[in-house]
Amino acid sequence: MGDMKFILAISFALFFIGAYGFLTRRNMITMLMAVELMLNAVNINFVVFNKYLYADKMDGLFFTIFIITIAAAEAAVAIAIIINLYRKFKSIDENDIDTLRW
Amino acid sequence: MVNYSYISFVLIIPLVVFLITGLFGKKMPGLSGILGALGMLGAACLSYFVAYQYFLVDGRVDGIYPTVMAFKQTWLQFTPSLKIDIGIILDPIAVMMLVVVTTVSFMVHLYSIGYMHGEERYATYYSFLSLFSFSMLGLVVSSNIFQMYMFWELVGVSSFLLVGFYFTKPSAVAAAKKAFIVTRFADLGFLAGILILSFYSESLDFQTIIHNMMDYNGTIFLNANAASFMGVSALTWALCLIFIGGAGKSAMFPFHIWLPDAMEGPTPVSALIHAATMVVAGVFLVARLFPVYSQVPAALDVVMYVGAFSAFFAAIIACTQTDIKRVLAYSTMSQIGYMMFALGVSGYWGEEGLGFTASMFHLFTHAMFKALLFLGAGAVIHYVHSNEMGDMGGLWKKMPITHIVFFIACLAISGVPPLSGFFSKEEILTAAYQHNKIVYAVGLLTACLTAFYMFRLFLMIFWNKEYKAHGRTEHHGEAPMTMKLPLLILAIATIFAGIIPFSMYVSADGTAVESHIHLREASMAVAAGAIGIFSAFFLYLKKNERPEMISSAFGALYRTAYKKFYVDELYLFVTKNMIFNFIAVPAAWIDRNVVDGMMDLIAAVTENLSDSIKSIQSGKISSYVMWFFVGAILLSMMIVYAL
Repeated sequence: MGDMKFILAISFALFFIGAYGFLTRRNMITMLMAVELMLNAVNINFVVFNKYLYADKMDGLFFTIFIITIAAAEAAVAIAIIINLYRKFKSIDENDIDTLRW
Repeated sequence: MVNYSYISFVLIIPLVVFLITGLFGKKMPGLSGILGALGMLGAACLSYFVAYQYFLVDGRVDGIYPTVMAFKQTWLQFTPSLKIDIGIILDPIAVMMLVVVTTVSFMVHLYSIGYMHGEERYATYYSFLSLFSFSMLGLVVSSNIFQMYMFWELVGVSSFLLVGFYFTKPSAVAAAKKAFIVTRFADLGFLAGILILSFYSESLDFQTIIHNMMDYNGTIFLNANAASFMGVSALTWALCLIFIGGAGKSAMFPFHIWLPDAMEGPTPVSALIHAATMVVAGVFLVARLFPVYSQVPAALDVVMYVGAFSAFFAAIIACTQTDIKRVLAYSTMSQIGYMMFALGVSGYWGEEGLGFTASMFHLFTHAMFKALLFLGAGAVIHYVHSNEMGDMGGLWKKMPITHIVFFIACLAISGVPPLSGFFSKEEILTAAYQHNKIVYAVGLLTACLTAFYMFRLFLMIFWNKEYKAHGRTEHHGEAPMTMKLPLLILAIATIFAGIIPFSMYVSADGTAVESHIHLREASMAVAAGAIGIFSAFFLYLKKNERPEMISSAFGALYRTAYKKFYVDELYLFVTKNMIFNFIAVPAAWIDRNVVDGMMDLIAAVTENLSDSIKSIQSGKISSYVMWFFVGAILLSMMIVYAL
């Protein structure tokens, strides 16, 4: 079980690195990358729990594959949004894009 | 029995003329008058033909004139038992009214060609006039009380439009509003009466209502009589409420205040609407439902007393007024009072129905001579450019034809034999004498006053003093031919209408009543008229001091009568000081402060609240994410530790 704790510690670290990046960075692309980090942390969790706790089942692996697929689609959508934002605001800095407010 | 369905053209012609002159009149101003007059001529000829066919060719069936449904169509079918028909009913009074309305309307259309010549809204005037003719004709042939109510309101609207025709004059606008509001207010009673009557008689159809209510032992009649509210039977309530509607249209006390003011309209309109046709709609309404009224003596007594009082009351006021149209307006009110109390003293069967016949007869003759008086007054006003008697006098030399026809009409309304007014008035007074002596005395006194104020008017206009043109130079003669011709035709009608054996044709139960002159009543009526005429000649033939002396001798009474017994002021007091100050003002305050205040409060609270929390929505993604994380952590802690 030592391996599992070790890997979980990595995914824990990975998740909070992503969260930290998402909160501190202002560049949209970097923020997107941070989101991907968080997603992958979750993926690792799925795989680890599947392997060490329910080795006879495949559910965790399937979820991981689903998440990877959806993350790819989501990245495409996010980048499309970012491109549009850039066209409109001539910037991808999150601070410049604050028209959606009261 | 022939098919009378062609009678619907009498209604269709004015409607079509109304649409044409209303829509295209501006493009052909000269033509609309001719079109209107020709249309009414056609309608008049049709109704003469119908009258001829109905009274003389078809005649009686089993001793009574049958009620013919010329046209009948189910209009609104609410439930199998509740439906509203639309139809044309022909019975003696409807046919008589058709003749009266089309005749006077045609005369007025013809007269207006000259009178309204050069008017800017000439075509509009004719379209309104046609609308009125259509609605009035629709009213008299209505087979259904609901249909009648619709046309009733339509004549009200056309009266409103025509009274307010000179809408740049504030007094005309005020008069139009007053006429509409007062009659509309009275129509509230009419509507309530319709609802009660049709609820108990289980029909809206005149024939069915009358049939159900004439059945003394039928459950419907007994139920309507047994149901009571405040000690008065439902049927009496219904009839009294319907009479309130009739009193409003017919300017009976206390709803008469609109009629004198309605004289602000063009004079031919006053002749048509406010003398000959629309104002007798109330009389016609009571006559239409007369079989039902005759079952309820209490309701008939109300009709009788209101009519007699209005007749007398208006006659006193008419003696003091100086505006010639107002004198004629009060005289109209007085004569309609005559018709009303004649209905009130009438019974239903045979000889007892003399009052009914007399009332309808008086309606007929009054329409002729009162239209003549108004049109004559219109010719005078056209010439003098003033309504005030003081500006007139000595006009007989300038306007010989008007002078003669006016004289004839004055004799007729005063009841001088053998003019038409004598026959109808004598019949009314005879009917009153047989029924109620007090009403007879009031009627006789009114007859005397009528003769007095009519000849006062006549002498003040045409004699009294030499005519002096005041300021404006007279650039035209007496009147154009289109104005003289109707005067002459109506004068002939005024002379000869009395010899129609009216009681042979129109009576309460449809049988022929033998009418004969009752020598005693007739001589009393003529004597009363003669006293009035001679005292008027004594006071007003030459200018003298006597009228002044008499009016100052009466002092307070004269002033009160001159001020129309302060009825207008009383209305103003009730509406303005009481209703306005004690109900409308507090209601407006509550609306402004409580109802609106509540809404304002809700809006203010919402605004303040949103002001204080709106900064959350900053548009900064990172702050949203921050909140999201905090929320997610709190939620997961709840799940992990609390559960």
